[in-house]
Amino acid sequence: METAFREVEPNVWELPAEGPMRVAGRIYASRELVDALDEKVREQLANVAALPGIVGAAYAMPDAHWGYGFPIGGVAAFDPDAGGIVSAGGVGFDISCGVRAYTTGLHATEIAGKVEAIAHDLYRTVPAGVGWGGAVRLTLDELDQVLLGGARWAVESGWGDISELARVEENGCMKGADPSRVSRRARERQLNEVGTLGSGNHYLELQVVDEVFDAAAARAFGLASGELVVAIHCGSRGLGHQIGTDYLQRLLPLAGKYGIHLPDRELACVPIRSPEGQDYLGAMRAGINCALANRQVIGGLVRRVFARHFPAATLTLLYDVSHNTCKAEEHEVEGRKRVLYVHRKGATRAFGPGHAELPEEFRDVGQPVLIGGTMGTASFVLVGTAESERRAFSSSCHGAGRRMSRTAAKGLWQGRALIRELAEKGIVIKSHTAKGAAEEAPGAYKDVEEVAAVAEAAGLSRRVARVRPIACIKG
Amino acid sequence: MEFEQFEHGADVGVRGYGSTAAEAFEGAARAVFSLLAEDPASVRPAVETRIELEAAGREELLVAYLNELISLADTKGLVFGDFDVEIRGGGKRTWQLSGKARGEPFDPERHACTVQPKGATYTALRVGTEGRRWVAQCVVDV
Repeated sequence: METAFREVEPNVWELPAEGPMRVAGRIYASRELVDALDEKVREQLANVAALPGIVGAAYAMPDAHWGYGFPIGGVAAFDPDAGGIVSAGGVGFDISCGVRAYTTGLHATEIAGKVEAIAHDLYRTVPAGVGWGGAVRLTLDELDQVLLGGARWAVESGWGDISELARVEENGCMKGADPSRVSRRARERQLNEVGTLGSGNHYLELQVVDEVFDAAAARAFGLASGELVVAIHCGSRGLGHQIGTDYLQRLLPLAGKYGIHLPDRELACVPIRSPEGQDYLGAMRAGINCALANRQVIGGLVRRVFARHFPAATLTLLYDVSHNTCKAEEHEVEGRKRVLYVHRKGATRAFGPGHAELPEEFRDVGQPVLIGGTMGTASFVLVGTAESERRAFSSSCHGAGRRMSRTAAKGLWQGRALIRELAEKGIVIKSHTAKGAAEEAPGAYKDVEEVAAVAEAAGLSRRVARVRPIACIKG
Repeated sequence: MEFEQFEHGADVGVRGYGSTAAEAFEGAARAVFSLLAEDPASVRPAVETRIELEAAGREELLVAYLNELISLADTKGLVFGDFDVEIRGGGKRTWQLSGKARGEPFDPERHACTVQPKGATYTALRVGTEGRRWVAQCVVDV
């Protein structure tokens, strides 16, 4: 197929800066992934490349697909000193959606025969799907403490140990959060939702380490072949979505005031250094804390389940990554250190070895990068590399990436039959909705093996281990 | 009034048809809540909520309307199945919507849910006519 992208290095494709584009577009992908790319991704990358204050290029990760305004799997950094913008569409609706993983020290042979029982217990204990209240019910004032404190609030409320916070981005608490910039409606949506998994592509999985690619990094991360890992994928639930919706609506009419041309309404953005930009950042950071608290509480619920089945087992937090964020970070551009506002939408921060943000035990190795695959194939643990800094401001992919719409997937797979088929492969699925499971069929996603291999080949991050699901709890 | 879902990359498109724009809005609302309860007829009209909204354009009004319904349902744990919409304004004035939505507390046992709608977006947004009927559509983030 003809593509507008030009391969400038193996697995690196460029969309030259033309017309209103201020910088080039750049996608890290194999020829197969580029050929299969939705035309909308090219259009969206070109739109992002035209936004004020963009630095470097508008980047797309190997798992990129069509998003709102920005592509999912998109990375763009903006310089506040050069009129750089912040965009609600560049963060996405599910603010700080991410993945958290625990190692257990349990070998697959120890849990054989108990998987169904543990999965059932997890399904009953961790609220998921629609209409299930959370394990935590809060007043509006209490919720504001969640929005200020993040995972730190959760630990102080008894959900986990203080030592875990170093293994959560931002040490578990995003600074600069301003709950007063979050609407009452958004806060009300969250009162019963802290500690809930949600629906759609969110999940809680039991996984077994199936192949180790990098023995030294695996050792540092506590990953051993044949051992059980628990992974949680979810975000900021109703609150994050309402912040996204509220600010999209509020920022949209301001484009004219700030002289910003918007070819697509969902690019709605304002200068970082504007009152409205600061309001959005304050609200979005509150959304990040909401997601961090949410995953910390769910981790606590998972621990309760394991205590019932394996009282001697210790769940150790491997790491917690967020893949829908905008963060102020220091990066080197043309030999000079600059603070940039890096939007990662469906992209994971991937700091290389030596980065000051990393906990001491990972400083020589690099940041764990947790990639969620599908419930029938695999997920990956990767590690940030030094090279990733110059590739895409230390960013990597976030998952397999959809290749098929939900409607098309429902046409191809039947929920109950799919769950039976996966059971025959040794994967227990506990889903609140059979139709929802069909929409999440492994075949509806890109090949996660290729996405991870390309992320490594392009220098975005390096594979550490592959994990295969043995049980998946879906909303 | 009719409704349907249409394909979109990672989320779901919702579309309502009607002999007026207001009816097409009602259809779009029904399409959104068919994600929570596949058969809108299975939703009992136990609770009624009034909705008053204003927006700069008719399309923006559709997004605001669906977002209002989604966030009300999420906050109160409801599913809606029946909708009345009246639309006024246009020309040099803003567009206004008055409506009612009827529903009941969401019951995972009785309402066949696929995925939770989280917010209406500006993607594939259109309010207009197709021949003699009105269409109101957009993509819903799930």
